[in-house]
This record gives sequence, C-alpha cells and structure tokens, in this order.
Amino acid sequence: MDSGISSTISELRKTPLYALHRRLGARMVNFGGWDMPVEYPAFGGLMTEHKAVRHSVGVFDVSHMGDIRIHTGKSPGGALAAVQHLSMNDASKLAIGRAHYSAMLYPEGTFVDDVIVHRLGEDDFLFVINAGTREKDISWVRDNSKNFDCVVEDFSDAYAQLAIQGPRAEQVLQKLTDANLAAIKNYWFTHGTLCGLPNCMVARTGYTGEDGFEIYIPGDIATSETVWNAVMEAGQEFGIIPCGLGARNTLRLEAKMALYGHEISESINVWEAGLDRYCKMEKPEFIGRAALAKASAAGLTRTLVGLEMIERGIARDGYKVCDSAGEEVGVITSGSPSPTLCKNIALAYVPPALAAIGTRLLVEIRSQRAKAQVMATPFYKRPGKAVSQAVPS
Amino acid sequence: MAYPANYRYTKEHEWLDAKDGVATVGITDYAQGELGDVVFVELPQTGRKLTKGKSFGTIESVKAVSEIYAPASGDVIEANSELHNKPETINSDPHGAAWLVKIKLANPAELDGLMDSAAYEAYIAAKGKEASA
Repeated sequence: MDSGISSTISELRKTPLYALHRRLGARMVNFGGWDMPVEYPAFGGLMTEHKAVRHSVGVFDVSHMGDIRIHTGKSPGGALAAVQHLSMNDASKLAIGRAHYSAMLYPEGTFVDDVIVHRLGEDDFLFVINAGTREKDISWVRDNSKNFDCVVEDFSDAYAQLAIQGPRAEQVLQKLTDANLAAIKNYWFTHGTLCGLPNCMVARTGYTGEDGFEIYIPGDIATSETVWNAVMEAGQEFGIIPCGLGARNTLRLEAKMALYGHEISESINVWEAGLDRYCKMEKPEFIGRAALAKASAAGLTRTLVGLEMIERGIARDGYKVCDSAGEEVGVITSGSPSPTLCKNIALAYVPPALAAIGTRLLVEIRSQRAKAQVMATPFYKRPGKAVSQAVPS
Repeated sequence: MAYPANYRYTKEHEWLDAKDGVATVGITDYAQGELGDVVFVELPQTGRKLTKGKSFGTIESVKAVSEIYAPASGDVIEANSELHNKPETINSDPHGAAWLVKIKLANPAELDGLMDSAAYEAYIAAKGKEASA
C-alpha cells in the first residue's frame, strides 16, 4: 500500500498549535509548505469531523492563512484606492465592519489568489489570503500598491486564526466573548474581548458552507493553546471536535467554494470560474479588468460545473473528462465522496455546450471510463439559507 | 490491533497468510489507519496473474487513492466482492473479514523475503518515530 499523502518534512512551516495537534494524535500533511492536521483519528477522523460541522460544531486551526493590512498613508483615501486597484470586488461599497469575497488578478484576468477583504475603517482594510500563496500575495500587494499613498503590513505571523463552524458555533463562541454574536450577520465582523484577550477580531465567515466564525488571536503558542482549549471546553456539551484539512476540503467542495490551484489558478480566468458576481466590471479600473472585458466579448471556451458519478468510482483532481462519445473535453479540479450527499461528487472544467444540468459525461479513472452527469451546484446548501447568500471563501 | 503471528508482512503494509500453496492477502491495521475512512475498493478479477511488487488494485479513502502491491506472485483464485458494498470493513477488520484476494502462489520461496509480525511491528514503530521527529 502506498498512500498519496506526503509525509512530514522537518522544514515545513508550523502554526502555533502544531504541538497541540501532535498531542491530539492528528495525522499531519504537507499543505502548501505547511505541516497541517489533515484529520484527527482519535476523534473519529474525516467523516466524523465533516458531520460534526454539518450537524453541530467543529473547530479548525487556520493559522496558516495570511493576513495583509492596507491602511492610510499620509492622507486619507490611498488605502481604498489601492484596494480598488488590487481587488476585483468593489471595496467602496463595503461598510466598515463588513467583509466580502474577492480576488486579486493578473493583468490577464487570471488569479493571483482569492481573498476575503475586511473593511476595518474608512481607509483601513484586511486581506485574508491563502497559505500556499502568502509570499507571492504579499509581494504582489506591495508591488502594485507602490503608486498609492498607503501602508502595507504583513500580519500573517502575528495572528493565530481559529474557525469555529457549524450550527452550534454561535452558542459555543458566545460563552467566550462579550461581543454580541447574534447581532453579527453573515460576512460581518466585530472586535471584542475573547477569553479575556481585548480587541480580538471575530468574523462570521468560513469555508464550510455552514454558519460559523473565524477568530483572530495573538499568534503565540501559549495564547493559541489557551483559546483552543477554551473553545473545546465551551463546545463540549455540543460534542465539538477538532477538524482537519480533510474535512475542510470536503465541506468546501459540497458548498462549491473554490480552492486555489484547483478551481482557480494563474491560468483560469474569472468568467471560467463562474465568479462573475464578485467581479465588478462597473468599477473603472482594477488589475485584470481590460483582459476580462476582452474575454467577455470573446465568449467562454470552458466553464466550471458540478458532477455526480453515476457509475462506481471517485473522480479526483487532474482526471480527464470525456464527452459521451469518448472525446476528451475537460478536466476534474476537485473530487471526493460527499459525506452529506452520500454520492461521489466533483468539480470540472468543460465546454459550455456540455454544462447543462443532466449532461452525460465520462470520467477517466485510471484506465477505465465511468459515467457521470452534470449536477446543480452548490451540491449542499445549508437549511434555511437562500442561494444568493452562499458566498465562497 | 494485534498483528497475527502466522501472517507475513511487506514494507508497503500488505499482509499475507499462506496455507497449502494458497495465500490470502490484505492490508494491515497500520495501513488502514493511515488511509482513514475507506470508501472504495478496486480488486482484480479471478484468473489474473499477480507479480510480486506490482500493483494489483486500488483502495481509496475520502482523501486519497492508494495502490495495493502484490506481496507474492500468483494467480487470483478469489477476490473479496463483499468489499465493493462494504469498503469500510477494511477499517474495522483489516486482518480478517477485509481480506482482499486469495492467490495460488507461483513461487512460495518469495515468502522468505517478507517480515514476520515482530519485524513488522518494529518497522511501523520506527516509522511512527520518524513521523513525530
């Protein structure tokens, strides 16, 4: 037997909670250069973790995510102008205390990274970015904000970040903070005292398709462990368990949230990825806009669709997709059994002519071809939540 | 979980139980633990010739695809079709009900190169240390 998962290498980066993950017996994995927990077998493992988040609550260490603050230079307005240049969404429409999904693009209209933009103040923003693209993103922000009167600071190592996710997340976290969580709407945030720590950012965001919060705390080992343990204790009555990147991936896939290097990358553009609603072409300028305008006029050659497997087999990223005649037409970007749907699901790029729901396709799994069909996405939508609010992270 | 003393083991975490020229093959408890929740198994058909060290099937967990390698050469005389519907048996009973194939051994001398249970347990203990170093 030979597992496809890379083993631990000593030079991998570690979050402040690394030692705690080891003590909990987590299985670790190299994720974008970080030694991260993929699952916690002692708590039941991936499937159990996935279900805990869908039905109750789970906690993730997401301290590997990066944080870039862009704020006022000598005179007000420069930070907003820089953000408007860097980000495809419209930050001028963002209220203070609100966050939105966006992306930084190359001039070609393809992805540097996707980001959550938080408006901390009138001219003060926080970009939360992916772990694997941290250095690239920070250089990109610095290089492309040079002509703006703003200050760029990398707070990536200053914060530990925990995601408390699931329908019970609010009840768990409310025990630990004076912030009124019920008043925080989806994709809003506040600052409050948390576990006695003043001025912590608490955001109603996540990457699971479930209700939940992401909290930002000082990034030292002692504080991170204290807060983690307090969350675990507060969640005990709801059966909270630690969750790893394995469950994070299956949860985000069911919710059709993009993962950098899979659904979005430096060779895929915004229209192909179907992220049109986060890209504000009515803004006069942002990096990538001109190329996107051209691409829009030229029309799509491929588009992202959801698939469900009809025949036995699991579509995995990189597998070829063929039309019903057997002609190669596309590629899988992510695929997995869906613990919630009990089906094998996947995301794939295919020509628009083959994107209609119900279209029959074939996925090449090793040497065999297994039948699949295009399925409506998101694969999972949380109960009582309107589709229009489903925001990818 | 105990590693049966009468089985032989490979570095790729397969076990083999030989009796009268027929070997039953499976993956070890260590292997199923590394994989996590098993959701899919692909096994060879009866009659297929296996070559020692070559892949003869696939086991998939939610997060990964793993090849299974033949611990010895021989013809498949039976594959465990129960596993198609109940792949999770590999997690719950890897050394018993979740056997994968039975093969008619082509060269029983190949078994001499495999580890006994004590050697295998020492091998996985060393792997555990390496991972936490």
